[in-house]
Amino acid sequence: MPDLPYRTVIGLEVHVQLLTRTKLFCGCSTKFGLPPNSATCPVCIGMPGVLPVMNRKAFDLALKAALALNCEIASFTKWDRKNYYYPDLPKNYQISQYDLPFSHDGGLTIKTDAEPKRIRIIRVHLEEDAGKSLHDEHGGGHDSRVDLNRAGTPLLEIVSHPDLASAEEAKAYLEEIRLLLREIEVSDCEMQEGSLRCDANVNIHIAQTDGSLAATPIVEIKNLNSFRAVERAIRYEAQRQYEEFQRTGKRLGEAPKATAGWDENRGVTVIQRRKEEASDYRYFPDPDLVPVQVDAAWLERVRGDLGELPAVLRVRLQEQHGLTEYDAGVITQQGRAFAAYFEQVARDSGDAKEASNWLTNQVLQRLNERKITIRDFPIPAAGLAGLIRHKKESGLNAQRAREVYVRMLETGASAEQAINDLGFKVVADEGQLVEIVRRALAANPKAVADFRKGKVKAADAIKGAVMRETKGLAKMEVVQRIVMEELQKA
Amino acid sequence: MSLTADDVRWVAHLARLELSEAELAAMTPQLAAILDYVGQLQQVDTNGVEPLAHPLPIHNVFREDELQASLPVAAALANAPDRQGDFYGVPAVFE
Amino acid sequence: MSEFTATQLLGQFKKGDITAEAVAREYLQAIRERDPAVRAFLHVDEAAAIEQACRVDQKRQRGEALRPLAGLPVAIKDVLCTAGHPTTCGSKMLQNFIPPYDAHVITRLKQADAILIGRTNLDEFAMGSSTENSAFHVTHNPWDLERIPGGSSGGSAAAVAAGEAPLALGTDTGGSVRQPAAHCGVVGVKPTYGRVSRFGLVAFASSLDQVGVFARSVSDAALLLETIAGHDSRDSTSVDQPVPPYSKTVDQPIRPLTVGVAKEHFAAGLDAEVEQAVRAALDVYRQLGANVKEISLPHSPYAVAVYYLVATAEASSNLARYDGVHFGYRAKEYTDLGSMYCRTRGAGFGPEVKRRIMLGTYALSSGYKDAYYTKALQVRRLIKNDFDRAFAACDVLIGPTSPTAAFKIGEKSDNPLAMYLSDIYTISANLAGIPAASIPCGFTKMNLPIGLQIQAPPFAEEKMLRVARMYEAATDWHQRRPKR
Repeated sequence: MPDLPYRTVIGLEVHVQLLTRTKLFCGCSTKFGLPPNSATCPVCIGMPGVLPVMNRKAFDLALKAALALNCEIASFTKWDRKNYYYPDLPKNYQISQYDLPFSHDGGLTIKTDAEPKRIRIIRVHLEEDAGKSLHDEHGGGHDSRVDLNRAGTPLLEIVSHPDLASAEEAKAYLEEIRLLLREIEVSDCEMQEGSLRCDANVNIHIAQTDGSLAATPIVEIKNLNSFRAVERAIRYEAQRQYEEFQRTGKRLGEAPKATAGWDENRGVTVIQRRKEEASDYRYFPDPDLVPVQVDAAWLERVRGDLGELPAVLRVRLQEQHGLTEYDAGVITQQGRAFAAYFEQVARDSGDAKEASNWLTNQVLQRLNERKITIRDFPIPAAGLAGLIRHKKESGLNAQRAREVYVRMLETGASAEQAINDLGFKVVADEGQLVEIVRRALAANPKAVADFRKGKVKAADAIKGAVMRETKGLAKMEVVQRIVMEELQKA
Repeated sequence: MSLTADDVRWVAHLARLELSEAELAAMTPQLAAILDYVGQLQQVDTNGVEPLAHPLPIHNVFREDELQASLPVAAALANAPDRQGDFYGVPAVFE
Repeated sequence: MSEFTATQLLGQFKKGDITAEAVAREYLQAIRERDPAVRAFLHVDEAAAIEQACRVDQKRQRGEALRPLAGLPVAIKDVLCTAGHPTTCGSKMLQNFIPPYDAHVITRLKQADAILIGRTNLDEFAMGSSTENSAFHVTHNPWDLERIPGGSSGGSAAAVAAGEAPLALGTDTGGSVRQPAAHCGVVGVKPTYGRVSRFGLVAFASSLDQVGVFARSVSDAALLLETIAGHDSRDSTSVDQPVPPYSKTVDQPIRPLTVGVAKEHFAAGLDAEVEQAVRAALDVYRQLGANVKEISLPHSPYAVAVYYLVATAEASSNLARYDGVHFGYRAKEYTDLGSMYCRTRGAGFGPEVKRRIMLGTYALSSGYKDAYYTKALQVRRLIKNDFDRAFAACDVLIGPTSPTAAFKIGEKSDNPLAMYLSDIYTISANLAGIPAASIPCGFTKMNLPIGLQIQAPPFAEEKMLRVARMYEAATDWHQRRPKR
């Protein structure tokens, strides 16, 4: 953002729910949207005497995510209690990780307007989610209600360095995390359902007349629950800090770190004065859980499950299929299944460029309209490849090809079948074409006469007649050549 | 180690314990005496000693990701001091 | 019949000389007669006990195989959850709490056809050494009703000593089974940390808590322990190791036997009569062929300090859940969420619980954690290392269980630190996670029981019980009963 009088500095804390069937420490379901308090048990209610036992799948998924985020995996990790009082935290402590997270020091490369940029990741740790407090506006005395269904859902916290320099970069980083974690089936990352949530630590650096930089106090914006909210809140907060700095001149270190909420309706951040105690979480090792040691064999097993990561796929699509960076990006963004579909179409049709055009235009449009994924797309890859081949070999024009495609979508027919159904008789035989051209010449004596008088344009009328006759199923170049040959002869 | 009544008030707040002035007056010297007693640990040389949080060196204990029956809603809420429909009722939670 | 040991009762029951119902009725009668003075129990459901007993009798009549504790009444410390029954932890906070689950040990007892005869009194949330900290009433020592029975499992110890139950379960976080066993003249065993599942044991200090047993003889304790021990997948700290049949081998002496005696266990503060009894007990072991040698546990003098930081830190977090939201007591008057929390906890907990929550909160708080909590964990390791070294040279360590016999009710109420120091010999075993037992080894001139503590390496309960039984077989202290 070169037009702003300051540079924005952003670090993100991203929380994602893991795709386990059951909670982190008990066998209750993690399914979203169940009736209130119907997926709880003594363990996640925190009743006296019950004990947590860790979900192996959750730890495996966490390892997978950390490896995909290029993190180092600790050979020894443990669980700590983070103590604070809140009604949706039934034990009044959260089982989390403090000084020995299971992974640290990773990074993720994002696209920016300029060069691709690596955003460093400080740590990734595993913890349990809290329940939900519902605030009833007109309740009087009892105006909050607590639902513990979400309490104990496994949550991954991904903490970045303050390497993000704009709201756009923050969004790009979040999108890349979402793509990556969806691809490796660690999380569905649905922001509306809360399975991807984000807190942003924001401040700005303002160039001073003496050439130095002034950094403003950091504000943590909590609970951003849409990509739009992330972008708007960061932009708003940066500008707010700029204006406040103009007014107060307060710099980093001269005011405590503040916490803010984002008011979506008013489009403003609201600073919440927090007492100092909020940070006195009294962390200590959870005596009810034992440490985890991860060895090389375990890591290899998880690594083997990772598959091709988006960053690798994006490059390979360019190198192997000659796609532009943009097209490779669009295809990668749609996920592995979509990319696999593309690759099959490209292989079977022998024309990656054409395959990419079809996928990034018609196919994507259809998927978006119907809100379906490529798995539910009615035309198999072989079918779409068939259409591309027909188009190339037989001279089906773009208009006709789209008609065939629509027919294939509607009936599930093969390209050949759809062409037949539509009566598009492919004219491949040159002898046959010569016959059609001769008939067209005979039917258009005026055009032939004009051509002889030197009006080259007159040939177009003949070509048009031939294309009409062949219903667009002759190759234009071939038609052109034969028309010229026959006109010369005539 | 001198412990003031204000220190005790602060800790009581962290622990969400309401203490009467009488309790506070009684507890302050008791806690001070105990802290004085445990202060003897400072005499022990613990340089390079790894803290021992678990008495036994057990690690890697997991359960499989298999669904277990949850409590029926009525049973889950049976002990709640303030049941509000299918929810736990609490005084207003202010952010 | 209420004078019989559990092993004797089981033998007669198996022979068909007695019925489970008759045993249950006898003990219920004993409770009716003696408990108004002793006050060991918080809750006894006579009808339920008799019903359980009748079911066991019917099973026998049908010719079904008899389970290991068939028809034996067991008293339960009211900190072990029993589905559908109030589990109060001796606290106003949980006065009306009804858990929808059984503790693992309760499940084991039910499977063994034991009769759950009643819930025994305790120091609130097992915090105390005298059972004076119960929110409901004080329990009296059956040997001298003006004295404390020890604690925190004082109700269970007193019930067994008074002949109100042949067996009982307690919990031991810093000596809460062994110290009351010593004061009440019964056998008390705290197993290795991880030997018995903590599932359903309402936590005081999770890295120290362990379920233990009370009985009138070592054999009875072995029988009860082998029933409740073993792996449970619901407790991550439960250890998956086979449980030897303790009751089958308990009569076999250990030979050769090397007994370690820690010189730190005979330091200032040890009552002369207690010391005399313990030294006499060591002579008995010598006569039985044991090699008794002095060893040192150099960091044991710091055990109380370590314990009161580690245990209270864990407790401050474990007890945070009692906040008036999801279960338990809620204050009547409050203005907002914050005052609801503070008033509920201020009124729901008694003074000792509040004191420990305060201490633990302080020990973990910002700026003090390294100096208190973390330092304590480091010294804890040194204490464990002391034991590792000692057990490299000895089979077991033997010494006093408690520095004095039972003190008077109210004697130490105003001096928490003095009360804490009465756990000085028992606490180390919890910090190190090792098993330890207390067996009767004599009486003071005032006719108050004295306990002998036997400590063993991790998972060496079998050896520990056999060593205990060697002494018991050579003496008759365990056969004495309080006057009624």
